[in-house]
Formats: sequence, C-alpha cells, structure tokens
Amino acid sequence: MKHRGRYGDYGGYYVPEVLIPVLEELEEAFDRFRGDPAFVAELADLSTHYAGRPTPLYHARRFSEHVGFQVYLKREDLLHGGAHKVNNTLGQGLLAKHMGKSKLIAETGAGQHGLATAMIGALLGMETKIFMGVTDVERQSVNVHKMKLCGAEVIPVEGGTGTLKDAINDALRYWTSHVTDTFYLFGTAAGPHPYPTIVRHFQSCISREARQQFLDQTGRLPDMVVACVGGGSNAIGAFAHFIDDPDVKLIGVEAGGRGVATGKHAASIVAGTPGVLHGARSYLLQDAEGQVMDTESISAGLDYPGVGPEHCHLSDIGRARYVAADDAEVLETFGLLARIEGILPALESTHALAYVAGLKGTLGPETIVMVNLSGRGDKDVGIVEQHRPLE
Amino acid sequence: MKSYRDVFSELSRQHRAALIPFFVVGDPDFDTSLALVKAAIDAGADVLELGIPFSDPIADGPTIQKADIRAVRSGMNVRRAMEFIRQVKQHRDIPIGLLMYYNLVCHYGKAEFFRDARDAGVNSVLIADMTIDDADEVLGSIRAAGLDSVFMVTPNTSPERMQQIAARTTGFIYTVSVLGVTGSRDALSDSVEDLVRRLKSLTNVPICVGFGISKPEHARAVADAGADGAIIGSRIVGMIEAHLDDPGRAIAEVSAFIGQVKAALSGA
Repeated sequence: MKHRGRYGDYGGYYVPEVLIPVLEELEEAFDRFRGDPAFVAELADLSTHYAGRPTPLYHARRFSEHVGFQVYLKREDLLHGGAHKVNNTLGQGLLAKHMGKSKLIAETGAGQHGLATAMIGALLGMETKIFMGVTDVERQSVNVHKMKLCGAEVIPVEGGTGTLKDAINDALRYWTSHVTDTFYLFGTAAGPHPYPTIVRHFQSCISREARQQFLDQTGRLPDMVVACVGGGSNAIGAFAHFIDDPDVKLIGVEAGGRGVATGKHAASIVAGTPGVLHGARSYLLQDAEGQVMDTESISAGLDYPGVGPEHCHLSDIGRARYVAADDAEVLETFGLLARIEGILPALESTHALAYVAGLKGTLGPETIVMVNLSGRGDKDVGIVEQHRPLE
Repeated sequence: MKSYRDVFSELSRQHRAALIPFFVVGDPDFDTSLALVKAAIDAGADVLELGIPFSDPIADGPTIQKADIRAVRSGMNVRRAMEFIRQVKQHRDIPIGLLMYYNLVCHYGKAEFFRDARDAGVNSVLIADMTIDDADEVLGSIRAAGLDSVFMVTPNTSPERMQQIAARTTGFIYTVSVLGVTGSRDALSDSVEDLVRRLKSLTNVPICVGFGISKPEHARAVADAGADGAIIGSRIVGMIEAHLDDPGRAIAEVSAFIGQVKAALSGA
C-alpha cells in the first residue's frame, strides 16, 4: 500500500493477506479518481440532481427557544434515501464503476446504508447484495423492503448478535471470495484503510457546505458542531471542514443504550479501550479476555462496538469530545423535536439532539450550535411507538 | 522441543508431506478438545495448527466461526489455551503453530503473549489479520521469544510480495489455496498446484497449504505438487460439530479421518 492509513495510533489495515491486493487496487483508484475532473463532475451532478445537495442549514427557532441558545440543523435527513449515507454510496458507487467492477456488496445496520447502496446499485445498473444482521432485518423491516424494491438481495446474517458487526464480518468474508468483480461499498468511516479516508472524503461535503452556509446566514462560524457517532461517518463529514477552526467545538455523541454504567451500550470511545476489529485499530468494546462485546442501542445504526480511527485520534488529542446519550433521553428528544419543529429525526441523529437538549440553560443565547441531522426518523416510528405508545 | 526444521527435514528424507490438522482450542470444551487433539496426534499428525477462539474471525468460514463461538462459550481464553498447549506437549512433543486474531494478542500484551506461548510449547504464531506490512509490530517480540514467524500467501499475491513474505517467514508459509475464507470444499482449487510450484521456485522456506483441503486426495495432490505440508481444518471441525452430543464418536471419526489422510500422504 502507498499509505498506512493511520490517524495517530489508530486505523491501519489489519486484514488477511488475501485482501491486500484489493485494498491496494482501491487505494490506487481512489487516489486517481478523487481529483479526476470527469469523476468529480459526474459526482457533483448526481449529488445535486439525484441526491438533493446542497441540503439546507435550518435555524430551528422553537428548539432554540426551548434550549436557550441558537440551534441550526444540517438537514441531511432531506437527502434522497433519507440520510447522509447517499453521499458516500454515490461516491463509492461511481468509483466502483470507474474501476470496472460489476457488483456491489455492503453491510448495513439500520438499513440506511443498505438502502443507499441499493439505490446506487439500481442507478448504476450493478448487481447488489446487502448483508444485514437478523436482529436488524427484524427491527428495520421497512428498509429491508425498500432495498428489495431497488433490486438488491438482502442477506440476513445469523452470527453473533445479528447486528452491524456481524454483517461486516460476513460482508468481508464474502468479499474475500469474490474480490475480482465485486466492490465492497463500506458504509462508515471505519474498517481497513483506505475506507476511513474514502468515506471521510465523500461525507465531508456536509461540513464544506455547512461552513459556507453559516458564513452566509449568520456571518460567522458555529461555536459547536454536534453529531452522533456509531462508526462515525456523518460525524466525520460534519467535523472535517471545522477541524482547523480551533474555536469550533466538536462533539460526537455515542449510543449510551441503557446507560453506560449498565454495560449495555455502544459507546466505544466513552467506555472502550484500544483494540483491533474489522481491519483497524480503534477504541473497542471488549471484555476482560479481549473478545469483542455485544452492543446495545435503540438505534441500529449506532450499534457497533468499534469506531472510526480518526474519531479515536481526535479524542486522544482533545480536538473533539465524545459523550454518550442513552435510549431514554433519545426517546424523549425524538418526541420533542417532532412536537415543536414537526421533524421526525432518525434515532441515530436524535442522540446528537439529545445531547444538545441536555445543554439547556448552560449556554448563552448568542451561542450557535450545529446539529447534523443525519437522517430522518420515518424508519423508526414503529420502534418509538413500542417504547412510547401514543395515548 | 521439536522444531519445524526437525520435522520438515525428517519428512523430506521420507519424501512425505506433513499432516497438519487444525483445531479450535476448547471446542467444544477443554476436555473434549484435548482428547481430540491427542487422538489426532496418535493417528499420525506431524504438526498441529491450533486456533485460540476469537469473537470475530474474519478469515474463517461458518464452520470455524461456530467452533470459535462454542469454545468461547465453554470458557476458553488465552491463559487457559496456554495450559491446554502444555498438556498437549506432555502427551507428545510435536510442533505447534498458533493461529491468532490480532486483538487477542494485543489485549494480552504482545511481548507477554509470545513469551507465554513459547513457554507453553508453541513453535510459531500466525496472526490471521496481520500481514507483513505491519509485521514490525510483532516480529521483534516473536524473535525475542524464540518463536518462528508464519505468514500467508494467497493466489492473488504478487511474485514480489511473495518474496517479501518469504523473507520474513522462518517457520513455514501458510499457502492459502483459494480466494476466500476457511471451509470444506468438494474440489481442490485448480490454481493451488501452480501456486505451490511458483512459491517453491522463490524460496526454501517450507510451504504448507490450507483452506479447502478436506479430503485425503486433496492432501495428496498438494503434496505431489511439492508442498511440505497440508493443513486440514474445517473438515475436522465439522466432524466435531456433527457429534456434539457424542464426543466419543467425534474423536473416533477425527482419528479415522486423520488415519486416512496419513495413508494418502504415505502411499507411493
């Protein structure tokens, strides 16, 4: 490989030998096409006319009144497919096409990345297989149906707890056996190099737009940018163009599940220790023996025991701070945003909102906080109904 | 303690390839697993390949994944695996290669892991999710402990990289016969004989072939192609899985199968 793919002590490519040639091929193609004018133009065109970029930066006035400071929502939830995932699947899908690959595979947790990959598979005429844990297939059945409508084959994965980690294991295994014609469209800013770099690149449009939108709408940069973190793709996209602005605080909100103290959560940076999973060194939820732990969260998209390497590094150097929001806070905030803004946020993104709601009364009225509203919550209505039935 | 060199040069004089069964340590439980490994030795294993179970074995197919889960559930961990190996070595002094996933090594502590492995009687460690590109993270500790290094070569490895891998390998090259994960396959990959020949022309390091070797005739074919050893994993682990309710039968089947492979490798 040309690069080591390290973010401080994290990242790298801890993979079986068989994957080295394909990761090299991917790295080389990414290096070649990321600046290729034709590639860039095609991606820009599809981002605008297919996906719906730029997304609005919305001043949530009633939510702002509620918390006592100014909250702006970066509306990735308005993108085609209902989440930021399409930014990455368009980019990687086009990359796959330019590399001459004919098939796409992807893992998915909440189903948002699976759906976004299925859409792009349909758009580009590529055969698509989506690996999804059985637990997630059950709790996100609507997305499963949508993926199938887009022509993708959904492969339920039985291993482990039947969640995102297990889906990644099986997608990696499948890829190992089909490396010649298949492109693994990785969904989050984790996994082996070059994926964290590729996903960051295609998601960084979020903060590139937002930065300019703040300058245009408020004449200044926000004081704080908040995003939820599972693997960390929407968060790294939301942070990327603010990292060099030292006055912009960066906050990543992990899934606190039933509470970090209970051990039933997915807060890898908050409560984990460094380890190696899925080809990268990162903070990892592991037991006393070094076995990777089962995670728990109300949001399937954050249910992952590892986390992207750049987030680990940003945490270590103190550039970003990582916190956790638990399921109860998230459910509370979901209802709040729906009631006072008429927006149903994805349960994943609601973690970021819950943290911000928790800051109520602690920041001055002029303080500007951006929340990356990474996805919409239509897919979660059933889950919310189970936990908080309407009267 | 018997070294790879002892075994491979002895076998080479006999014009025979090494029979290398693979077991997940502690599958399905400590005692049954130990009885299985001892039976395999008695039936003619020349070298053992042992895996310490990990929750997320990305290089392994479903058969070995399930074995890993069984073994973890039975309480197997790195420390107990070292005790297991000590007991195997008390039964017979046979070279043992460990197959590891990197997180377990890091979590235990690299230097401590390799030192304790050597003390328990291990000859080499192969880390399934580490390649030569990151080998500097472990090679120092591997050498300091007096262990041999083992790395993989796969059908898509370039000739230049094969040479780099050979240069860092002191035990044997674990040659993967297929593009894929571990698992039994009906037919041996067409490319494996060519792969073994190419490797043989590049290096004098012993070449052992694994992944998809599931019948006595497969083992014989890789031996005829010039391999120094045949590693058989999923087929054996599958026999254990098939008789979880009857360990005696699993032991008898594994033992009989290893006898058949031994005969295939020994026949003229």
